[in-house]
Amino acid sequence: MSHSTVPRGTTEAQTPQQDAGEAAGSLKGPAAARRGGRGPGRKNSGRLGFRLRWRRDRTLILMTVPALLLVLVFNYVPILGNVVAFQDYDPYLSENGFVAIFESPWVGLEQFERIFADSAFWHAVRNTFVLFFLQLVLYFPVPILLALLINSVVRPRVRAVAQAIMYLPHFFSWVLVVTVFMQIFGGAGIIAQTLRRHGYEGFDLMTNPEIFKYLVTAETVWKDAGWGIIVFLAALSSVSNDLYEAAAMDGAGRWRRMWHVTLPALRPVIALLLVLRVGDALTVGFEQLLLQRQAVGVDASEVLDTYVWWNGIRNQDFSYAAAAGLIKGVVGLGLVLTANKVAHLMGEQGVYKK
Amino acid sequence: MTAVLGTRPDPGKTRVKKPGRWSAPPRPVWEEEPSRAGQAGKGLALGLACLAILFPLWIVIVTSLQTKKTIDEAGGLVVIPKGITFVAYQELLGGGQVQRAALVSVGVTVVGTLFSMAVSVLCAYGLSRSGSLGHRWILMTLLATMFFGAGLIPTYLLVQALGLTDTYLALILPSAVSVFNILVLRAFFMNISQELVDSARIDGAGEWRILFRIVMPLSRAVIAVISLFYAVGYWSAWFNASIYLTDQDMMPLQNVMIQLVQKQERPVGLAAQINTGQLSPLAIQMAVMVLALLPVAVLSPFVQKHFKKGMLTGAVKG
Repeated sequence: MSHSTVPRGTTEAQTPQQDAGEAAGSLKGPAAARRGGRGPGRKNSGRLGFRLRWRRDRTLILMTVPALLLVLVFNYVPILGNVVAFQDYDPYLSENGFVAIFESPWVGLEQFERIFADSAFWHAVRNTFVLFFLQLVLYFPVPILLALLINSVVRPRVRAVAQAIMYLPHFFSWVLVVTVFMQIFGGAGIIAQTLRRHGYEGFDLMTNPEIFKYLVTAETVWKDAGWGIIVFLAALSSVSNDLYEAAAMDGAGRWRRMWHVTLPALRPVIALLLVLRVGDALTVGFEQLLLQRQAVGVDASEVLDTYVWWNGIRNQDFSYAAAAGLIKGVVGLGLVLTANKVAHLMGEQGVYKK
Repeated sequence: MTAVLGTRPDPGKTRVKKPGRWSAPPRPVWEEEPSRAGQAGKGLALGLACLAILFPLWIVIVTSLQTKKTIDEAGGLVVIPKGITFVAYQELLGGGQVQRAALVSVGVTVVGTLFSMAVSVLCAYGLSRSGSLGHRWILMTLLATMFFGAGLIPTYLLVQALGLTDTYLALILPSAVSVFNILVLRAFFMNISQELVDSARIDGAGEWRILFRIVMPLSRAVIAVISLFYAVGYWSAWFNASIYLTDQDMMPLQNVMIQLVQKQERPVGLAAQINTGQLSPLAIQMAVMVLALLPVAVLSPFVQKHFKKGMLTGAVKG
């Protein structure tokens, strides 16, 4: 909490209490403490001069280099690679696919015009939004309810065992989740098998395009709802017991305490997760859908991500697919920023601060 | 008065039980006694939720351990086991496609996790001193990637251009760094008492020594959690292998599982035994699934007690 041998400033992330703690814990006496404990860090450390700071911090900077390099190469360089969306990119124009970008002809917005004229694209957009809303309605409340349920269990062992079981599917791969669902709801699954043995007709939910969207949502719930409770449990455990006691003293029963104490405590977390979810609305289970594409057909399973995959990786129409991916990225960025703005307007914190 | 409210004896039970680890701790005096119906409802809901997770896994595991005869009698998946046989596992792990795929997966997971952890821990420590030179710039560079993804196609073209296709590096490098994981580690490192670090520095320790001798030993919990996250990521990955690898012999376990279980192909080398009826194809499929879920199911409960700690520090200070 306190300073090292050289006075350091504070950052944007620290709260006033931490500032106070730092000042109080400083070894350098009141004057230095005041200097170190107030104002933005850059101004403060700037007094040391670049040379001194470089000598002090160069090991720290060196340590970030490997991660920084990986992020620059695999996250930033590909962003530049998006220029192929404005070209008619041909990978065979050069030995190296990236060099071929410089040789490929520019076509302006032609790829985008093709995309907007493609009914399959709009179909993928529609599927994406249908799945997003379905998951928002049917998936989002489940972890909250489960967390309230677990939180009301007071026996420590029962709680720990239930949590261990519920967290488990989160760590399974999508391949495993989809194949597990096949064993239950598939044509050779346990339900169809039992029905057939008792003389009824079997069925195969895995290949039914009509109910595919509900199946996808069910898979998401099975895999991640249990893991989702962890954030809510953390929020619940930070609620002071005094609040419950005071409410009980005022005559609030079990349900009123939940409504007036527990749920308000969850509000910021719910708001944050909603913002994250809405910001990520265009991403609805890429791997999960890709795995079931063959079984259920393109009509039911095509979303924006799989549309990009199909046109780019499978059909090698790189420029077209990159343009579709770029549309998704830009709209996604807009969604994140808008969702945050709305959260701020509602008085919640959102992902980043104002 | 309050004592009466809190410890009202249940007329049905006169035996006084010592509270064990399974029993409930004493309730606060202001809390109502739980109703029977409420308790039953809660137990039922919890039981159903756990059953929904465990029952499918039970079928898969049990069926993988049955003989062909039992499976044929059941007409497919087996719910109630009759004896246990490890034939399917012996065949799968005795060599051939699945054994090689499992080894590939283990190798990629171990190497990838070690690499990712080394890079992430170093970066997180490098950013953990607020106000250090360049700290804000580097942090912003990392954070920005959480808002805008480059997209599948440019990444694919880059990996190809770097000559990584058909190498295992293609399964590790593009997904080696998770900014979220770095932030969680960093938040944890920032919470370590600065006095400890200061006293080490006064004793002449450099940044490397402080990291390895003080910070990392104090961060075992979060290091365990983040290692698990990375390991599960590598173990579960199949998409990168499906687009960057063309050689079927290099495929990791998840991709082989897609072929054998989802597309119902016969495993290379075992097809003859299955076709002649010595082996049940279903038991083989279920055994492949068990191989994929076993490491995760065994490891994650051990790390479970640290989950909240790791997630919480990340959520509060991230």
